Amino acid sequence: MGLTLSEKIWKSHVVVPAEKPGDNEIIFIDMHLIHEVTSPQAFAGLRNTSRKVHRPDLTIATADHNVPTTDTDKEIKDPIARLQLETLAKNCEEFGIRYFPMRDKNQGIVHVIGPEQGLTQPGMTIVCGDSHTSTHGAFGSLAFGIGTSEVEHVLATQTITQKRPKTMAVEVEGTLPEGITAKDIVLAIIGRLGTGGGIGHVIEYRGSAIRALSMEGRLTVCNMSIEGGARAGMIAPDETTFAYLEGRPYAPKGKLFDEAVEYWRGLQTDQDASFDKTITIDATHIKPGVTWGTNPGQVTTIDGCIPDPDSISDEHEREAARRALEYMALRPGTLIKDIKVDTVFIGSCTNSRIEDLRLAASVVEGHHVAKDIRALVVPGSMRVKAEAEKEGLDRIFTAAGFEWREAGCSMCLGMNPDTLSPGERCASTSNRNFEGRQGRGGRTHLVSPAIAAATAIVGHFEEPKNI
Amino acid sequence: MKPVVFVTGKALPLERSDVDTDQIIPSEWLKRVERTGFGAGLFSEWRDNPDFVLNQPQFQGANILLAGRNFGTGSSREHAVWALADYGFQAVISSKIADIFKNNSTRSGLVPVEVAEDTAVFLFQSVLSNPELEITVDVEKRLVEIPNLGYEAPFSLDEAAQKRLLLGLDDIGATLEFEQDIAAFEKSRPEWLPTTGVGKV
Repeated sequence: MGLTLSEKIWKSHVVVPAEKPGDNEIIFIDMHLIHEVTSPQAFAGLRNTSRKVHRPDLTIATADHNVPTTDTDKEIKDPIARLQLETLAKNCEEFGIRYFPMRDKNQGIVHVIGPEQGLTQPGMTIVCGDSHTSTHGAFGSLAFGIGTSEVEHVLATQTITQKRPKTMAVEVEGTLPEGITAKDIVLAIIGRLGTGGGIGHVIEYRGSAIRALSMEGRLTVCNMSIEGGARAGMIAPDETTFAYLEGRPYAPKGKLFDEAVEYWRGLQTDQDASFDKTITIDATHIKPGVTWGTNPGQVTTIDGCIPDPDSISDEHEREAARRALEYMALRPGTLIKDIKVDTVFIGSCTNSRIEDLRLAASVVEGHHVAKDIRALVVPGSMRVKAEAEKEGLDRIFTAAGFEWREAGCSMCLGMNPDTLSPGERCASTSNRNFEGRQGRGGRTHLVSPAIAAATAIVGHFEEPKNI
Repeated sequence: MKPVVFVTGKALPLERSDVDTDQIIPSEWLKRVERTGFGAGLFSEWRDNPDFVLNQPQFQGANILLAGRNFGTGSSREHAVWALADYGFQAVISSKIADIFKNNSTRSGLVPVEVAEDTAVFLFQSVLSNPELEITVDVEKRLVEIPNLGYEAPFSLDEAAQKRLLLGLDDIGATLEFEQDIAAFEKSRPEWLPTTGVGKV
């Protein structure tokens, strides 16, 4: 029987196979991405045991979670954040790891810089101490988040020990309606799967609607695989992938590039392979998604309304919906478009790439954000920022009343000064609407950059066509 | 890591599903560079509420967390495991536990006890009606037991994780025994794969 894409990549990276099915295997890691938050204890562990970093040349570091997005030319005010960033710089220097610190022209969110540098390539195994590592699967690589103990393990051995994951196909067939984005696709998928539906599985996104996406769109879809509980998400590489990679700083050059492409073309799920689970989504019916609750599976569409928990049959989901509505201060039956917001955040590893910014800018151009709305755009990387400025997007945003920031994770998780206040409601292009995620007591609604931009202009959830 | 064979004690019933790691330990706590001291931040956004189960006197001293379905979802932060362990929990029972959390917990000696839905329902009922009830998690037999009720039910835990807990294994040490296999694999890697060009060994 044939193999799925994830099985092929897994198989080609086994260093020590399982003794019997279901056992752990030792898997080689082609690229290890690190950042300030989940690495300090791992480096401390190496020091305590007098171990070295086995492959510094397959390790790359950036500062993203903690960094402020204003006044980056000054010293960081928060002493704990500053110490964590200094610790990363010191660790990278001591262990010989390339590091893109704050202010570097290559700095940015770890899941934005991997692809833009060409460090993320088809067929690779990629890990990072961050659950959104699934993003890199957009290139047909097997990429997943790990905890700090595993970060230490990868630093010391350039391998991980894990059990072979199960496989799931998510088929998205048909042509997307006008104005529907990758974010809407993935919100629709998570709405179907629920937050735990993908546990134990690697998802392969397939179908004509997925193949039609740009690399940026594919990155957005794969990014949120973990929100459905999946260990990873991936899309088989094709001409779109190869064209994106060619000429990137760390992509192979000349003859090596041709050799690589030849190999990459084989990275497809075999015709006779089977998945452990398959779900199918009709792309022609997808509408702009808006979450109403406190997990990404609690989602409806822009023309929808807040559901009535009493109408939910599953007892756990009903109780979770009740709690979520209480936290979100929302009533059943309220139209999504009637919900007013205080803040709009365009950024995060889900939606902070150049295409996302172009889309948002095209919506806000010639308009101004509604009264009393705080709106910020945080580019995913300094390279994205530079490109956007070259295209004049920054001027469109600032003319419309948006704040134009430096690169980082920012308000996605509120580890830097960009946070929501208690009760503040935010339309956010990020990936998690958990309680307190963007700041204690903050209320998050996940949307696409198009919806976020339109919402900023009118002050309540809205589609671009209606502003 | 210390070996864990049995966990015995009282359970604390957290009747919520989809508890994510942002709830277990909010991101403001993640700026620390140490591995200890996270217990003070455990469920910190809920702890202000005196009615929150962690604040209820009858459940003080519990060392087993009995949680709703789909526990530990979201971020990969191992800090969530450190916070639970630092607070005093040695095992987490739930009918569904998120992958990364499960993986992280066995590497820090916290036992992830994934039980059937009906087992979880029974445990919640039993603990809510008698908070003093003693529960035992037997890692070797993969059983949850309530000796006073003569109750036992299996839980799932893959063999590698079970072995890691029972023997208190140092995973890195174990992998480094295969140093030669790793070296041989490295020689076979295609030339086009990226390197950062620094610190080449």
